[in-house]
Amino acid sequence: MLDATRIHVRLGRRTILQGIDFRARPGELTAIVGPNGSGKTTLLRALTGDLSHGGRVRLNGQDLATLRPWVLAGLRAVLPQATPLAFPFTAAEVVRLGLMGGIEAAEADLVPKALARVGLAGFEGRYYQELSGGEQQRVHLARALAQVWHPVAHGQPRWLFLDEPVSSLDIGHQLQVMQIARAYADGGGGVVAVMHDLNLTAMFADRVTLLAEGCALARGTPAEVLCDAALSRAYRCPIRVNTPPRGGTYLLPHAAGRIAAE
Amino acid sequence: MVAISPGIPAPDWDRRPLARRTTLALAMALAAVAVLSLAVGAAGTSPWGVFADLLAGREVALVDRVVLFEIRLPRLAMGALVGASLAVSGAVMQGLFRNPLADPGLVGVSAGAGLGAISAIVLGGLLPAGLLGFHAVPVAAFLGGWASTLVLYGIATRRGRTSVATMLLGGIALGALAGALSGILVYMADDDQLRDLTFWGLGSLAGATWAKLAAAAPLMLLALIAAPMLARGLNGLALGETAAFHIGIPVQRLKTVAILTVAGATGAAVAVSGGIGFVGIVVPHLLRLATGPDHRALLVNAALLGATLLILADIIARVVIAPAELPIGIVTAVLGGPFFLWILLRKRGVLDL
Repeated sequence: MLDATRIHVRLGRRTILQGIDFRARPGELTAIVGPNGSGKTTLLRALTGDLSHGGRVRLNGQDLATLRPWVLAGLRAVLPQATPLAFPFTAAEVVRLGLMGGIEAAEADLVPKALARVGLAGFEGRYYQELSGGEQQRVHLARALAQVWHPVAHGQPRWLFLDEPVSSLDIGHQLQVMQIARAYADGGGGVVAVMHDLNLTAMFADRVTLLAEGCALARGTPAEVLCDAALSRAYRCPIRVNTPPRGGTYLLPHAAGRIAAE
Repeated sequence: MVAISPGIPAPDWDRRPLARRTTLALAMALAAVAVLSLAVGAAGTSPWGVFADLLAGREVALVDRVVLFEIRLPRLAMGALVGASLAVSGAVMQGLFRNPLADPGLVGVSAGAGLGAISAIVLGGLLPAGLLGFHAVPVAAFLGGWASTLVLYGIATRRGRTSVATMLLGGIALGALAGALSGILVYMADDDQLRDLTFWGLGSLAGATWAKLAAAAPLMLLALIAAPMLARGLNGLALGETAAFHIGIPVQRLKTVAILTVAGATGAAVAVSGGIGFVGIVVPHLLRLATGPDHRALLVNAALLGATLLILADIIARVVIAPAELPIGIVTAVLGGPFFLWILLRKRGVLDL
């Protein structure tokens, strides 16, 4: 269980988060949605322990502020929006950085396994800097997966925190990454994802928290939160859900067939 | 370390076996260069003759004993330690600043040490005679380097977090300031002092004695022993500070230990050898190109290659214009500069990363 109470964050003079309560359960994919600047990433950074904040975060019953970095690393992995990488590491070496942080460090074969999981089998020896943006993003997902490979360890759920995991991916890879996150939750782990794409959120999330201006506007199942009134208010534009356009081309990820695994 | 069970060959994308073979090769190269360094010099002393005499229980000629044990051996040890310290410090700084062009000079060590040395040379006469004796220059250089790093570290640290960017920019400002103060002292200096401080800046291992070594070696050894423990943290830091924290690195502690280690090692190295450039940049670069940026292998190999190259440079410095000798800083710059440019031009694609 991830249980955050009264999370309050100020950066300089601006208040970014005004006392948000947030809960996520293992076995579920919990999405954080909201317009740009609503505090989604800030909330995620408070939940992962990167940011000093008011309020308290408890992960599996332990206060986050009291956990040593290396203990925390065995419990949760984080996929940031963008990760600049100094020095010419290969894809396998980047994944190994994650592996060494977790508790499966002795399982060396997890490096190729994690790369295969994100559709990058055979990329082990490739230089990270020579990969495309989407491939780089998936290398980091493989790194995060390698860090907390087993969704449950020692009877405790482990956690994946994903900050816009599909932002630089094409639709095929978006679906693939969301299915990986889904499978992690189905395996008993907890997944918390900041999402921009409301369709993918509706498809894959179990619970959704909608943020606007540093407050939680709505929370619940996708069907409860993703409704005309709440979305229109949060995004400040009239939005209608479940309404096909009268003409023109449109496509929804819902209508995609099963993608070939790995 | 990930244990790879014996018998199962490492996959071909794994660069670690190559790094281990490189370590072995470098260790052998270091041993070879060390022997050469003992054999070569202005005096015609042969180490083989001396060892044969020792084994046979014969009296060793005084000249040979002094040349070998009081001149060449401490000089060899000093060269190895200084070269290893400079190369490892360079690698640690580059990891810390996540920039392949960083070098210990960036954290103010060189500027502070230079100011310290120049102060000792120019103002040394004002001190009561014999207070520090011959050691005034190295002691002042070390104190200057160490003090400027601590000042910089203090400037860049706010509420327990050290900003690497502030440190970089502060280092430039502090370097300019130290340069200006040095300039004032240079302006005040007389001709003899000018000659002394110019030669100090060019670097030399000529003054190596067991006494100097005993003072400087512990700091350099401490840094060389501490550095491999920073390796995993520096690997994580390549992902940025936040991601390093995510994979379990205690980032602030890593930064503190890395900066203090480098300041100590570089301060001691500069104090006893003066300004020796390029070792800190060229050695880690070469190794990264050869065996990858993984610091666990890089730091060990950097120590070996740094020691080997500096001993080699010292041999060249002693031989080219024998019986006089060239300042070693000139040798490392003459060899290192073009070599560095060659790497840049050849591997431009990878270095831009």
